[in-house]
Amino acid sequence: MTLRLSKDVLSQIHLHGEQAYPEEGAGFLLGADEAERVVQAIFPLSNSREDAARHNRYLITPQDYLKAEMEADRLNLSLIGVFHSHPDHPNRPSEFDREWAQPFFSYIITSVQSGKAVESRSWRLIEDRSQFVEEKIHITSPVSP
Amino acid sequence: MATLKIPTPLRSYTNGLAEVSVRGASIAEAMADLTQKFPALKPHLYSGDGELRPFVNLFVGENNIKDLQGLDTPLDENARVILIPSIAGGKEIKHEGHNGHEGRK
Repeated sequence: MTLRLSKDVLSQIHLHGEQAYPEEGAGFLLGADEAERVVQAIFPLSNSREDAARHNRYLITPQDYLKAEMEADRLNLSLIGVFHSHPDHPNRPSEFDREWAQPFFSYIITSVQSGKAVESRSWRLIEDRSQFVEEKIHITSPVSP
Repeated sequence: MATLKIPTPLRSYTNGLAEVSVRGASIAEAMADLTQKFPALKPHLYSGDGELRPFVNLFVGENNIKDLQGLDTPLDENARVILIPSIAGGKEIKHEGHNGHEGRK
């Protein structure tokens, strides 16, 4: 399993995690899942958890889910995953991530250390929901406008 | 029959269908019909004890069934039901709260 995305898209994900710091930031990955899974755009969202929990939890509401789905339709893309940040924490999925995970989706987790995004890794839930497995992130070259 | 809209991550279990026709006079019956038609969906909608997973939201029209009669919410023949997941997560916590249980929205 490989997830392809451009350096520009990855930079946008990192920027969102840095801007949300010290809270968790999150959003959707929009793209295509055909012969390859490719992220073509992101749909950043504000964290809907209550103030006291946003440093270690994120929540995307059903209303925001519908907005993202409409945006994906508008761009003729699909929702193919979710990205979120782990402030001052490794970019491995937690037990809470697993309990709430959707099948099929790619989950990009970015470790943000002292306000600086340091690394992203991507994960997918396996069919029996017992664990995540890592998928390789393949960074593609920037595309000229 | 009512129409039930399936979110993207679950469409691989409905043969790619974004909408499924379901029989049932209530949400509970419609969900039972859905999982009977597509059994592989069940573990992603229900926990081991048979409860709907906390991220499963069901809307009849624009109304969340939590604000109606829950799983007993009646459905008419032309009802449009939308299944939408809440997306949530977050880093590992060394020490949970006193009851060791997350608040769920």
